[in-house]
Amino acid sequence: MASGIEHVVVIGAGQAGAQAAYSLRQSGFEGALTLLGDEAYPPYQRPPLSKGYLKGELEADRLFLKPGSYYSDNRIDLVTSAAPVRLDLAARRVEFQAGPALGWDRLVIATGARPRMLTLPGAGLDGVLALRTLADVDQLRPYLTTGARLIVIGGGYIGLEAAAAACRLGVSVTLLEAAPQLLGRVTGPEIADFFLRTHRAAGVNVRLNAVIEGFEGTGRVSTVRLAGGERLDCDVVLVGIGVIPNLELAQQAGLACGAGLIVDRAGRTSHPDVFAAGDLVQRPLVHYGRVGRLESVHNAIEGGKIVAASILGLPPPTEEAPWFWSDQFDVKLQTAGLWTGADQRVVRGDLESGRFAVFYLKEGRILAVDAVNAGPEFLVGKRLAALSARLAPSELADVNLSMKEIGARALG
Amino acid sequence: MPKITFIDAAGAQRTVEAKNGMTVMETAVKNNIPGIDADCGGACACATCHVYVKAEYLDRVGKPSAMEQSMLDFAENVKENSRLSCQIKISDDLEGLSVTTPESQH
Repeated sequence: MASGIEHVVVIGAGQAGAQAAYSLRQSGFEGALTLLGDEAYPPYQRPPLSKGYLKGELEADRLFLKPGSYYSDNRIDLVTSAAPVRLDLAARRVEFQAGPALGWDRLVIATGARPRMLTLPGAGLDGVLALRTLADVDQLRPYLTTGARLIVIGGGYIGLEAAAAACRLGVSVTLLEAAPQLLGRVTGPEIADFFLRTHRAAGVNVRLNAVIEGFEGTGRVSTVRLAGGERLDCDVVLVGIGVIPNLELAQQAGLACGAGLIVDRAGRTSHPDVFAAGDLVQRPLVHYGRVGRLESVHNAIEGGKIVAASILGLPPPTEEAPWFWSDQFDVKLQTAGLWTGADQRVVRGDLESGRFAVFYLKEGRILAVDAVNAGPEFLVGKRLAALSARLAPSELADVNLSMKEIGARALG
Repeated sequence: MPKITFIDAAGAQRTVEAKNGMTVMETAVKNNIPGIDADCGGACACATCHVYVKAEYLDRVGKPSAMEQSMLDFAENVKENSRLSCQIKISDDLEGLSVTTPESQH
């Protein structure tokens, strides 16, 4: 197995890069393995950053994916605060600003993504922050004291989760969304309206159609200025308006890129010995017959496993329908599948009850489900979405039929 | 600090020291116990930290919450004593707890 591979280098120690390294070792790879991370920490979970960790419920070391001893025990050379500056594909080397270059037989690029920032006047003031890394949260959290005023820009999952966590800390939260609905990029109106009501009921001041003109303050932000002249006073601003894939190394090396670094179903880039996984890749979305870029734990873990299998010539894991989750206040949202292109939405359960699901269909087949505090709808829905199962909307909506029965009918 | 024993599907046992307040899933991860994937990191969102709890400890670990139960209803190879290990919090009550990991989490 994997004969002739002496050294695998993984660039990026987030969930995808770490998983690639873990899976390589778990699958019996015996050669040298280097995992390069540009942060100061060993690989950690990002999802709690905008949830429990922001609320102070967890210590940083509870986020780490593996204990420190794991890396030495498994001969993974984990290098933190390492930022490669150039890839030389012909010479098979990773180059750094200082220090010797690193040679490789197989390369994995898992450089992830970075928060998109605003270019408005004053956006560079202190106190205009983003939320992506542990260090970001450590910078944000001291501001979130009882009675402090936080303005969140962007009504996506990161912004909403941070707003919910801050609200629970007694912070006065205003959330500004440019579009007429929350979560416009990722879900439909039923879920968006549900979260709008949930946040408003908890005391978050949510403003839709908000157009921001700029930030003001002396050194540190103290005011957000809206179109029309309104000024909102604040102590801190959190910008959550999406991410930009970190493609620079790949692009400079001449690897084919589209919306992300292009990989095939085996996680292979346009160079046969260079692989990639995680937030930065544009991969085949096999359940949907198209390609796309996903930002999720599932995508990172699955991509890492696929890459490891490909490098070692092992059978790849079966791709699951993409899945996601979000925790806000007492609401657990679990999503399976991708709703883009849906021509019908079917609500199962009572939207007012706090426990319901929305199924998204196209030409009678299930594309995706958003399940609110509804585990069975999520788990069965994930299988239904993976198979593009055909189901009568009246059956899906019938709460007298259990998800077990619905699943059995559709999956046979 | 309570001791917890993990038994894999093949019967191999490992006993580790756990910390009160952490979960059984976290204890497994910190101690490099194979067989618990925990893809979602403990958010009760993925059902990949499934374990079987030894009968005499079932009462002490308590009943699964509604969300955990519904996740378990649809996990693979579920038995009467199945639990999601991310939802079991360690306390002195669980001294000597023993859990078995399933053959596969997917």
